[in-house]
Amino acid sequence: MNEKISHLIKESFGEQAVISTDFSGLQGTIVVQTNLIADICLLLRNHPTCYFDYLSCLSGVDLGLEKNQFAVVYHLSSITLGYQIVLKVIIDHPRDTPQLPIVPTVSQVWRTADWHEREAYDLLGIYFEGHPDLRRILCPDDWEGYALRKDYVAAESYGGLKINGEVKTNE
Amino acid sequence: MNNLKTDPNKLKNEEMILNMGPQHPSMHGVLRLELVTDGETVKECIPHIGYLHRCFEKHAEALNYQQIIPFVDRMDYISSMNNDHVFVMGVEKMLGIDQTIPKRVEYIRVLVCELNRIASHLIAIGTYGMDIGAVTPFFFCFKEREHILNLLEWASGARLLYNYIWIGGLFYDLPIGFEQRCSEFLTQFKPKMRELDELLTNNSIFISRTQNIGVLPLDVAINYGCSGPMLRGSGINYDLRRIDGYSVYPELDFEIPIGAGKMGTTGDCWDRFDVRVREISESIKIAEQCIERLTKELKRSPEFDPRAKLPKKLIPKAQEFYCRGEMPKGELGYYFIADGKSDKPFRCKARAASFSNLSVLPELAKGAMIADLIAILGSIDIVLGEVDR
Repeated sequence: MNEKISHLIKESFGEQAVISTDFSGLQGTIVVQTNLIADICLLLRNHPTCYFDYLSCLSGVDLGLEKNQFAVVYHLSSITLGYQIVLKVIIDHPRDTPQLPIVPTVSQVWRTADWHEREAYDLLGIYFEGHPDLRRILCPDDWEGYALRKDYVAAESYGGLKINGEVKTNE
Repeated sequence: MNNLKTDPNKLKNEEMILNMGPQHPSMHGVLRLELVTDGETVKECIPHIGYLHRCFEKHAEALNYQQIIPFVDRMDYISSMNNDHVFVMGVEKMLGIDQTIPKRVEYIRVLVCELNRIASHLIAIGTYGMDIGAVTPFFFCFKEREHILNLLEWASGARLLYNYIWIGGLFYDLPIGFEQRCSEFLTQFKPKMRELDELLTNNSIFISRTQNIGVLPLDVAINYGCSGPMLRGSGINYDLRRIDGYSVYPELDFEIPIGAGKMGTTGDCWDRFDVRVREISESIKIAEQCIERLTKELKRSPEFDPRAKLPKKLIPKAQEFYCRGEMPKGELGYYFIADGKSDKPFRCKARAASFSNLSVLPELAKGAMIADLIAILGSIDIVLGEVDR
């Protein structure tokens, strides 16, 4: 089934649409081109062979300081056919770039993506192009920085109040 | 006024902004709703969340897998066992030890999870009654819930945040006499459910407050990623315990209640409520089967050690895994990225059921009356600890 889906994407958007595939692990992953993600999602949702009508989870990932890459991972599942697949886009983004990494939104395909994309924007600073209402969702509107980035430094004060104590990890 | 999404200067003459929450009992925690109203009618509803954000995902990156479990407890704090179970399943699957877990451990896990599911649904039912003006069912439900909490406290040592299910095993075996006391509880609890039906489910005042209110069509529910009783209330037979068949659920006999529009339209508040009530009966059935097996073929023995399979070195291979399971509120998922070198996850994202369920509220609230909005919100059954994480 995984092969079929990857073939379907290649057939509709050309060979270069699929960057790499990994079907060896617990879940099949297809890495696709960033600018095509919305169209691919729409295709996979509507196509009768897969019919991925349910977006389980959408997560933004900071792939680390050495790689200088961000990823957005889409966990799709099909209620009708009972399949699951993972789509992934990877964006190169050097740390000193002032702009945020940009990914097209899929909130018009599944409304679930609306809040999940806002969360990824809030915590990782990934800009979802075309999102109807991209605001911070968990942190306050005037929060500075993106907390889940690997180079995030914890704020010393917020709203004029000092945040006491060091942030300790168990290293 | 700040922190509003709506611009007060752009409102029409008859419109008004009404702020609901965050401090109000019927907001189920600290949820704030910004309403644009026209008289009694809600024109737009904008939820503001994040008041209980405790950076679970950031904390998880600094802790090893075993240490994350207490944090997972605090996400949906009224069904901690279920949170733990899904988390532990995910890590075990990544380690490749999920097939080696002893059957007795699995049955104990399912037993405590189902007890916790009953407790969670009792809160949902009790507070829902209170939201729309019936105070008696609240005490009624909390009295029964207290028995469950006592049982779970006996097993784990804590009333709400158990940290009982560990990776590869359990904290301790069940205390001696647990099975008997548990079945005594279930026996006396079953007739209470019939009383509850008379008191609330079939109460004509309750029905008229909930029928045809907040109708959630199936396609909208799926598109918004609703799960659990929200999705099943709209009339689809979709339960991950059955679909994925994880743990020992395939060996157990239970049914999946779905909403059928008995009191009006399929997917209204009454349907969602009714699904929860009937799910309690199913959970009782599961718990009874577990107890039967735990007292017969999987009887306790002095040699049995629930910590025997605890992995000494907890470092999964470099991989990514999304583990999902059915908790009382719906689909709970954890997305792990392990780098293969450390015992801490590189990334651990939680997909909370309440988060997606709540996102459908603006859709349901459009055009509803303010009093009905409370009924709709109560029927979603959110826990803000999970929404904000």
